[in-house]
Amino acid sequence: MIARGWLTPGLALASVLAIFAACLIGSTPLPFDRVMAAFFGGAEAGDRLVIWSIRLPRALAAFIVGAALGLSGAALQGLLRNPLAEPGVLGVSATATLFATFSLYYGLAVVSPWILPIAAIIGALAATLLLTLAAVRTQSVVTLILIGVGLSSFAGAVMSLLMNLAPNPFSLSDMINWMLGSVANRSFNEIAFAAPFMVAGAGVLLATRRGLSALTLGEEAASGIGLNLRNQRIYTVVGAGMATGASVALAGAIGFVGIVAPHIVRPFVGYDPARSLIPSALLAGLILVLADIGVRILPTDNELKLGVVAALIGAPAFVWIAMRRRAVND
Amino acid sequence: MTELVATGLTLKAKDAVLVDNASFTLAKGELVALLGPNGAGKTSLIRLSLGLETPTAGKARLNDVDVETLDPIARARAVAYLPQQRPLAWPARVRDVVALGRYSHGAAVGRLRGADAEAVDRAIAACDLVHLANRPADTLSGGELARMHCARAFAAEAPLLVADEPTGALDPRHQFRIMDLVKSFVDNGGGALVVLHDIQLAARYASRLIWMQAGRIIADGSPAETLTAKRLETVYGVRARVDGTRIEMDGAL
Repeated sequence: MIARGWLTPGLALASVLAIFAACLIGSTPLPFDRVMAAFFGGAEAGDRLVIWSIRLPRALAAFIVGAALGLSGAALQGLLRNPLAEPGVLGVSATATLFATFSLYYGLAVVSPWILPIAAIIGALAATLLLTLAAVRTQSVVTLILIGVGLSSFAGAVMSLLMNLAPNPFSLSDMINWMLGSVANRSFNEIAFAAPFMVAGAGVLLATRRGLSALTLGEEAASGIGLNLRNQRIYTVVGAGMATGASVALAGAIGFVGIVAPHIVRPFVGYDPARSLIPSALLAGLILVLADIGVRILPTDNELKLGVVAALIGAPAFVWIAMRRRAVND
Repeated sequence: MTELVATGLTLKAKDAVLVDNASFTLAKGELVALLGPNGAGKTSLIRLSLGLETPTAGKARLNDVDVETLDPIARARAVAYLPQQRPLAWPARVRDVVALGRYSHGAAVGRLRGADAEAVDRAIAACDLVHLANRPADTLSGGELARMHCARAFAAEAPLLVADEPTGALDPRHQFRIMDLVKSFVDNGGGALVVLHDIQLAARYASRLIWMQAGRIIADGSPAETLTAKRLETVYGVRARVDGTRIEMDGAL
């Protein structure tokens, strides 16, 4: 009970501390007092530039991307009643990435800064919609994950095709960035174009979270206690699609964090999908901020991609959860 | 007076007729048992009468409102529904599962207030779950799970209850306990429609029996009127002797 009351505030505090810690480290050594001064506008212009234009946007981008993915993962798990559902595993992130790269490759993204996030969101919505249609027909989550594998493979293949046709090496490295996921060199400007969709998606998911609790009883009984199943599906798909699509637009495809965070959170909230949403979002954001700190301090020649680190942590966790799962509901 | 009135409900799927022109009523103060062999269309009839499935023909009205136009929340407040399949997606605690019965009253699990908390407490006490309230549901036995689902249905405090095989896969003692719970719900002014496979149990508890065969309702009346050896023969295809509400079955025909 004590753990329950402190879970959300504790995670929020840890997230703030982690974001602050992310601002302390970097290639230019800045001591604590100069970072503090830069935060409150008292330092030299150079210090302020490092903090406000490089480190803080990057840490914030990692946090909101993680939060959006954690929230989407927790909501999709509630809707599909399975702990293995997640935007990355279900192929939602890959499809969003494909649509985003498409808009980049054909130069559509230059027309307006809104095109890129919208393309990614359309991709995410298309994939989530397809999965939900399949979920209506079958109760088997194995089927859904296989559809996710299919979507990811297809998106990967089309991306390879695009790379083969890429007019210059710049767009090639750009695409690799998208596929592996990274928050390096993000600015407040880019955050501003993704954030509204994340907020809207999160709003939809949080407003309809009670229905996710109802689905604990299965779809038939959930309808019986007064849930409008069709509307619930639409809300969750649209909410998760917007949040995931916007996070892909900001950072590319980052997988597995949406599985790990809700899995850790669930026992602390009595396995209630509704109550798991906010702590999952905070924890996933925290994990990505910490992973991004790891990316930056690991002494590698080329900086590791955030998505790679997330998968290094998340993929084994995914396998572990899958293996421990009893086959009762499948 | 809360009432469920089904008239001429028909459901066709491709060539098969699952429910054929079925009409019945359910009012407060009644305990109605819906009987029939596997595949007779009992579950389909229940789903049609609750508006969970759209009939090919016919209508079901709840308190004089067409169930198809009824808002799910309004329907849930009028009828508590206990489906045959009761999967639990997560190992939630018993009290939280029972609290889901208050969904139609706007309650959020884990933050129950006032009337919602009282209704949940009453349902937990009525179903003898007080000592299990904080246990994860996946640690319960079959009988305890059945009581938990009943408590979930009672927590809604709806005037009507529709339960699809609430005693399925339970030992005799637990079957009696579940039926006692339904009986006391009816004695307190509720109305219940219960699908049963145990005819003896139905005859003992129900005030009315509805007999279904091949999608049709072939009889509807008190056990004394409708429970005959001939009927068991035609509906279930068994040789049986009936003496009042005592039934002895000798084998399949």
